Amino acid sequence: MPEITIRESLNQALQEEMKRDKNVFLIGEEVAEYNGAYKVSKGLLDIFGKERVLDTPIAELGFTGLGVGAALAGLRPVVEWMTFNFALLAMDQVVNNAAKLRYMSGGQLSCPIVFRGPNGPAEYLSSQHSQALQSYFVHCPGLVVIAPATAYDYKGLLKSAIRSDDPVIFLESELAYNWKGEVPEEEYLVEIGKADIKREGSDISVICHSKTLQYAVEAADILEKEGIMVEIVDLRTLRPLDYDAIAQTVRKTNRAVVVDESWPMCSVGSYVSHHISSHLFDFLDAPVQLISSEDVPMPYNHSLELAAQPSSQKIISAIRKIL
Amino acid sequence: MYVMATCFAMIYLTLMNSSLNSVFSTDSVSFNMRLSQKEKVVSDIKSNTPVLNSVAPKTKKTRDTTVKKIAGSIEYKDFAKKASRNFLLSQLRLMMRIRKLEDKAGYDYRLRKIGGFCHLCAGQEAVCAATIGALDLTKDYVLTSYRDHGHALACGISTRSIFAELYGKAEGCSKGKGGSMHLFSVENNFLGGNGIVGAQIPIATGVAFAQKYKNVAGVTLCYFGDGALQQGAFHESLNLSKLWNLPVIYVIENNYYGMGTAVQRASSVEDLYTAGSPYQIEGCGVNGMDFYETYNYFASIVASVRKNPRPVLVEAKTYRYYGHSMSDPANYRSKKELDDFKEKDPIFSMKKKMIKDKQLTENEFKAMEKETAEEIKKAQEEASKSHDPKLEELYTDVIA
Repeated sequence: MPEITIRESLNQALQEEMKRDKNVFLIGEEVAEYNGAYKVSKGLLDIFGKERVLDTPIAELGFTGLGVGAALAGLRPVVEWMTFNFALLAMDQVVNNAAKLRYMSGGQLSCPIVFRGPNGPAEYLSSQHSQALQSYFVHCPGLVVIAPATAYDYKGLLKSAIRSDDPVIFLESELAYNWKGEVPEEEYLVEIGKADIKREGSDISVICHSKTLQYAVEAADILEKEGIMVEIVDLRTLRPLDYDAIAQTVRKTNRAVVVDESWPMCSVGSYVSHHISSHLFDFLDAPVQLISSEDVPMPYNHSLELAAQPSSQKIISAIRKIL
Repeated sequence: MYVMATCFAMIYLTLMNSSLNSVFSTDSVSFNMRLSQKEKVVSDIKSNTPVLNSVAPKTKKTRDTTVKKIAGSIEYKDFAKKASRNFLLSQLRLMMRIRKLEDKAGYDYRLRKIGGFCHLCAGQEAVCAATIGALDLTKDYVLTSYRDHGHALACGISTRSIFAELYGKAEGCSKGKGGSMHLFSVENNFLGGNGIVGAQIPIATGVAFAQKYKNVAGVTLCYFGDGALQQGAFHESLNLSKLWNLPVIYVIENNYYGMGTAVQRASSVEDLYTAGSPYQIEGCGVNGMDFYETYNYFASIVASVRKNPRPVLVEAKTYRYYGHSMSDPANYRSKKELDDFKEKDPIFSMKKKMIKDKQLTENEFKAMEKETAEEIKKAQEEASKSHDPKLEELYTDVIA
């Protein structure tokens, strides 16, 4: 199976879906002539032309709302936000419209749209450009939120997201675009709403998503040498959450560490921890541990910014605490 | 307050005499706006104004900020003159239905049969009837703000399902999940009913984008009040729609107040239809209390945009007889101001004109009033009897 980067897997997904359905178009800042700020859309303008790959002015609220309107009128827009930090300017259209129009219209309207772009801590970018904002979106009913970790899942889930009739928030990890993984040449989809066991284990469950999978794997490798078998559950979709997969792994190992790059208050991680503690209490042999970002804005200094984020070391410490 | 009222009266008189003003500016667009308005060409609709004036430059690529006044590209035609008597009667009846629906909604709100926020459009009926009357709803779309009952009715949603929605019933056009501010009907190409000031503007721009993308010769009508002009969403949308020449007609329903704030306290732009000029968008102002004038301009603009897709900004000066919402006693305006506008009542003035044109008699008008009142009463009674949504409905329609 060929190994490609996450960036290439996303590019393949976009190409395949745009070839499959002429109602799919890509819109965002620098997606066309510049080939994407992170080069995810490289070459798409040449293939599909300027009617389907559109550079926008720097006006997140405007082009996000335009995407919502186009979706209501039967198209399938893929809206690229240069980073999720800038998506905050467009939150009204996401939260008040994309997420609510189906409900408020009594089910008459569909808003099949994908909002995608890099999210999460990067490097040396300080507080405004290095944030993990998944919890903002996960909070809101009416949205589907996807945060994959491997090249295979990125591709399969983006294709499913584009075919979905719901507004999908598709979170990519800024630092992971160059990471490689195996992706088959033949077409495939990954189902939305299904977590994936990335590593089987019997002693403890690490429940993670997005690039924290990498940290969990590093931690599991180290602990395996000590005979500790870590099960790793990659949530992949954050809303709707795969409650069954969470229940299965906790029933199996009776211990859980939840990892999330969000800040800890009212986050994906704190919700999953709460869910395990309240619904799976009888299966727990120890309190659930949450590894999140520190409760501070991101600093510029490299040592400090690394200290602010989840890491394999932090995961190992949390595991040791409850084993 | 008296000064303000006088000022409005003057604006209104000017408007009546000069329904159309040209839009242009000088070297420095923003700072010379007011100066340019002093020089504006005041033309009289009755003296056969042939074209709408335009600010669209010949070439888009110029970096010159000078906006030149050029000959308008929209040909104005007296469509109402050619319209059938039946069409005019149906639009008059529609205005009457809107008025009676709003009055009844106001009454029921006070009885607490309707809850939440309820924004009525009594006084603004001519804008709904004349603009939507110029559309072809098999391919055109309508989006508006929370003051949406009139537009919904004009798009063809039944009085009964509007009442049912206001009462939160399962039979309502949004299954009782939207309420007054969120009427929808996909069947009638009416896409709401938006509760956030100005949020429908980018969405409508996107609907127009889809029309162009799919090569449908449709136009999108997007309504908002004078208060929405200061939102970033408005400016971002205008820029995008002109950049890509999307077939969207933005309609400012200028009722002189954004909630309780008079327009001149909120807008640095005096003639709101000029707000598109920084984006080279053609604009014009119409007397939104006058069905005929509004219809003629809209029929002209719709025909032109359908043929040559691009955005147009129209300011329809109008007036709401009720407050901003039912909880607003409208103490910020004088009774005289309200009375002055009621003198120009859109239904009354259309009736007068139709009688003068021998298309309507006083008795026919009275009969129409009686029939409409009965229709509203029947619709309201039937809607009252319909059921609340089932509890399970709480969890449906969240995602596909």
